[in-house]
Amino acid sequence: MSLINVHSVWKSYEDKTVLEDLNFNISEGEFVTIVGASGCGKTTFLRMILGEESPSRGSIEIDGTPLVAEPGRDRGVVFQRYSVFPHLTVLQNVMLGLELAHSRLLCRSFGRKRKDHIRQSREMLDRVGLLSVADQYPDALSGGMQQRLALSQTLIIAPRIVLLDEPFGALDPGIRSDMHKLVSELHQDLGLTIVMVTHDISEGFLLGTRVMVFDKLRLDPHEPDLYGAGITYDIPLTRGARGVPASPSTASVPQHMEGNT
Amino acid sequence: MRVINRQPRQGISTITAAIPLVLLMIVYMIFSEARLAENPDDKLLPGVGTMVDAVQRMAFEPNKRTGDYLLWADTQASLSRLGIGMSISALIGLCIGVLNGVIPWFSAFWSPSVRIISMIPPMAILPILFILFGLGELSKYVLIIVGTAPFIMRDMEQRVRELPREQIIKAQTLDATSWQLIVRVVLPQVMPRLLDSVRLSLGSAWLFLIAAEAIASTEGLGYRIFLVRRYLSMDVILPYVIWITLLALIIDFSLRRVNAVCFPWFGANR
Repeated sequence: MSLINVHSVWKSYEDKTVLEDLNFNISEGEFVTIVGASGCGKTTFLRMILGEESPSRGSIEIDGTPLVAEPGRDRGVVFQRYSVFPHLTVLQNVMLGLELAHSRLLCRSFGRKRKDHIRQSREMLDRVGLLSVADQYPDALSGGMQQRLALSQTLIIAPRIVLLDEPFGALDPGIRSDMHKLVSELHQDLGLTIVMVTHDISEGFLLGTRVMVFDKLRLDPHEPDLYGAGITYDIPLTRGARGVPASPSTASVPQHMEGNT
Repeated sequence: MRVINRQPRQGISTITAAIPLVLLMIVYMIFSEARLAENPDDKLLPGVGTMVDAVQRMAFEPNKRTGDYLLWADTQASLSRLGIGMSISALIGLCIGVLNGVIPWFSAFWSPSVRIISMIPPMAILPILFILFGLGELSKYVLIIVGTAPFIMRDMEQRVRELPREQIIKAQTLDATSWQLIVRVVLPQVMPRLLDSVRLSLGSAWLFLIAAEAIASTEGLGYRIFLVRRYLSMDVILPYVIWITLLALIIDFSLRRVNAVCFPWFGANR
């Protein structure tokens, strides 16, 4: 059964249609990358899954239940920036999810439970390579390390879906490829379901098991905002071992799309 | 080289900072000398010696009538009024401000009123406070609170709204309830901003304190200044003003230190 069902979803603001008639399913374990030009509504779509915005028409279901219009623990998220809490150390940032789930009132864990939370968090930090900076504040970390932290903070409570909103957009190329490796590994090893928005087509093809391209299906040159974007391409990718795509070249992208990014 | 690009050397800043103050003192002493030469009983610009005598009398000799050391008694009275008033004000400001910033329905009721109340000139309602709360300590606390709390409320609301949207969403994806969001994400991040806000309000708090003391009081720094004004005692007034300035500086500095020590993550975020 598919994890996310999108039924004829439309999103429009007062004078502008952003998305029109989206229909698709995402199954458990898929790594969907959504690419498209800036302003094509891909981030709007991600926000709708997140529950930050709701569709103007249509519905989104997760596990067959319609989405509530607010974020929840089944959908973790990493944004391009500001995903971690500056007032908590690296370790505290990761522990936060565990502590919140454990104590509704005091919002902190104590004693043996706390030791357990610390152990779990340190394991997670070890996995993303941040154990050596566990006691530092995020401010002292590089952009790449902050994103690693944001990922581990999200993954510690094991959400059903991980949403990534241009998570590597602000990183240097070298660090970016390290992060690609990490995300691919985590996807494989933990069996995550990931929806990632990016404007970098090659990144989309490199990481995803399925690439979706958002673009306008119809265009009125006199009123460009009249029609919204839909899915122009929905490309499943077959992969070899360890997430290496069978056909990694962007040559498989239809010719006219390359100009979009 | 352009003037805007000329930087004073490191270490010279204490000297440059001191120069205007020293100049001011020299100018004062020149004029004071000149007036005293003409009339040794002149009270307007007392010499340094006279002021030292006055300080000696006020600070280190018990008052003949009450047996108090006046400067210290006044300082204690004023500081406790300022401290109690500002603490209550900060607490109210924090609570209302955070709720206004976090909870849309709370803000829908209270934000507009806070904005209107903050426009009332506090000195204009001082008579009302005296009528309602009497001439005792309470009316002085209330004046400081009325004068500073609305500003702190609005400032806190603003600071909460400035927290990145991403953080608030992120906390919700970690399953934070509204309460948890306030306790673990919002409050710890606005605490250093609250101290900054208090620091900025202290200037007006002093104003309200001294005004209230001048009008109805039996002790306090403001009371003393306005009392001795009747005798043209510039030799007491001037040291008192310097002392108040010094106290304000010390409080400001301490609050900065508290921020730096308790919230080490904050400095880099401004």
